[in-house]
Amino acid sequence: MTRMLNMVQAIRDALDVKLAEDNRVLVLGEDVGVNGGVFRATDGLQDKYGPERVIDTPLAESGIIGSSIGLALNGFRPVAEIQFLAFIFPGLEQVFAHAARMRYRTRGRFTAPLVIRAPYGAGIRGPELHSESLESLFAHTPGLRVVAPSNPYDAKGMLISAMEVDDPVIFLEPTRLYRAGTRDVPEGSYRVSLEKAERLTEGRDVSLFAWGAMVPVALRAAEQLEKEQGLSAEVIDLRSLMPLDKETILSSVEKTGRAVIVHEAHQTAGLGAEIAALLADEAVWCLRAPIKRVAGFDVPVPPFSVEDAYLPTTERVLAGLKEVVMAE
Amino acid sequence: MLAENELLQHPGFTSAAELTALPALRVVQPDGQANEELLSRVSDEELIAMYQQMLRVRLFDRKCIALQRQGKMGTYAPFEGQEAAQVASAVCLANKDWMFPTYRDHAAAMTRGLPMQTVYRYWMGQMDGFSVPDELNILPPCVPIATHLLHGVGAAWAARLRDEDTVSFCYFGDGATSEGDFHEALNFAGVFHLPVVFFCQNNGFAISVPFARQSASPTIAKRASAYGMDGIRVDGNDAVAVYLACQTAIHKARNGGGPTLIEAVTQRFGAHTTADDPTRYRDQAAMNEEWRRERDAVQRLRLLLTSKGLWDDNREEQWIAKVGNELVNAWEEAVAKPFSEPIEMFDHVYSKMPAHLEEQKKLLAGGGLA
Ligand SMILES: Cc1ncc(C[n+]2csc(CCOP(=O)(O)OP(=O)(O)O)c2C)c(N)n1
Repeated sequence: MTRMLNMVQAIRDALDVKLAEDNRVLVLGEDVGVNGGVFRATDGLQDKYGPERVIDTPLAESGIIGSSIGLALNGFRPVAEIQFLAFIFPGLEQVFAHAARMRYRTRGRFTAPLVIRAPYGAGIRGPELHSESLESLFAHTPGLRVVAPSNPYDAKGMLISAMEVDDPVIFLEPTRLYRAGTRDVPEGSYRVSLEKAERLTEGRDVSLFAWGAMVPVALRAAEQLEKEQGLSAEVIDLRSLMPLDKETILSSVEKTGRAVIVHEAHQTAGLGAEIAALLADEAVWCLRAPIKRVAGFDVPVPPFSVEDAYLPTTERVLAGLKEVVMAE
Repeated sequence: MLAENELLQHPGFTSAAELTALPALRVVQPDGQANEELLSRVSDEELIAMYQQMLRVRLFDRKCIALQRQGKMGTYAPFEGQEAAQVASAVCLANKDWMFPTYRDHAAAMTRGLPMQTVYRYWMGQMDGFSVPDELNILPPCVPIATHLLHGVGAAWAARLRDEDTVSFCYFGDGATSEGDFHEALNFAGVFHLPVVFFCQNNGFAISVPFARQSASPTIAKRASAYGMDGIRVDGNDAVAVYLACQTAIHKARNGGGPTLIEAVTQRFGAHTTADDPTRYRDQAAMNEEWRRERDAVQRLRLLLTSKGLWDDNREEQWIAKVGNELVNAWEEAVAKPFSEPIEMFDHVYSKMPAHLEEQKKLLAGGGLA
């Protein structure tokens, strides 16, 4: 059985499934209980599972993440919601110094398998600090898994996997896609890998890598390229940002010989640099053109009246694609 | 192990039960009756000015909600219900003093002199909504909760090091008291004996979370003692009480007396922001009705002024008309002004623009195409 769900509903469904089948799972954060989350991702869960399992916490991110670590040490599976990704800053000490290192520094005796969910990204006309894309901070920290689904099906399946894996997971939810469309989502449990990218379109001429809210932008640019130039781009939704699915990335570029990477995070030291470096390290002989990054500019995400110009647009991605396919 | 009563009798023991709610300082009762002795510390002119400003910001707040509903502004954080706390505190500050507001404190910022047009532009997502006139020491609204309290501490520290009598004044909500930065700020202020006032508007909710979920202690003010500073709880809907408490704390800070924590007990009548639906977590209609009847700060001050013959329907009407014009004119100016150009996002990132940003700026100027 499947139902048509948008991404918020799919996330809620994943939490519902795991709360029901695994009594170690706890959901905690600011406004997640009575209010059902500011985006309603936990809507109705407190009514269903009670305030001991779906918990409104005091307003303190270090408290939420730090105490989740203590719960996880004792067998619980906390799923902490950070209201918007940039509000994780007060809790970063706990993420970087403890959650990421628990297994390592106790030589495998203890682990901190918690999930930190957070809406992220721009394009929602949010106030200051409601639009950041910080994935590279987390991907840069050994011990954390980092994933970013781009559709309701993946969101549910990956969140279920995240609640089952024995590592801390940073689960990034592209705010702009929360209600952007619905998909058939199976009822009950199913899993989507936390390590595999997905090839969305098959292409011969260029590989186009994206994740989160940039996936639909990449797809539109690829369509446009096909229309305008009769060239086909292979669009790959990375889904997992740490670890990267090297095999899928490399095998695509080995075939196309060209690569464009799109992300809305700032360009400098963004994940695009890591993917470009990977290609330079291991696929340089296959490359027929320079690698192109189309990314957010290296400025703080600006106020919402001009945020669209900060973000990679279909036009910018298309221009990047053309530059790469025309090189030679 | 000590027996429970041995522990209880030890002079070093404090029980949680001792943390009862402190009584709040109140000068004017909801019906407008006042403690004349305390009231005499405030001049009639000051009372009238505060009332006018409270009414002005209330009308501004309602206008902003309407503009947001018409799609002319972004998500907006209303403050209706908290006018006395914000206005009666801000009027106590001298021009040189530092003010650190949150996203809900534009009533305080406007009282201090931030132009109405700037506040409009801020909520329209325009870049110049973040700019502050040169003569004012105010930062733009702080969005990450409680983080600005430490800036207040540093600014107060600078004043002490430079032997200036400038005071720092920090606005924040009850939810902010749960963040680690709240503790760090109060602790620093206590240790370094700094001229800073921590002004908490306890409006009972942090979005949907009631104060009882923020703290097992019924009072915020009482926490001051743990940091070696004075604390005071005031009726935040009583402009006169807020005014007297803030004046005293600011005077003390200015004269080397150190920091104070003020808890102004108040409520927001409306939603957390225009994106929030308060009916999900409280009986909005009943609360609103009861609060407006019994706790409305604007009404309370008006009753007082009327009873003293300082205000009447006629003056009220004139004032509303005057403010109405101001609201419209400022709005018209705000929309007539050119909107932010995307290219401005590259300004003010560094003292001198690095080469890679120059390149990106050119890219955007050329249509953003590769
Ligand atoms: C560090 C941080 N965490 C979470 C948020 C999201 N958030 C915005 S306002 C708010 C509630 C704040 O409550 P309170 O401090 O009582 O102030 P009020 O909004 O009631 O004025 C929350 C959780 C934030 N802005 N910053």
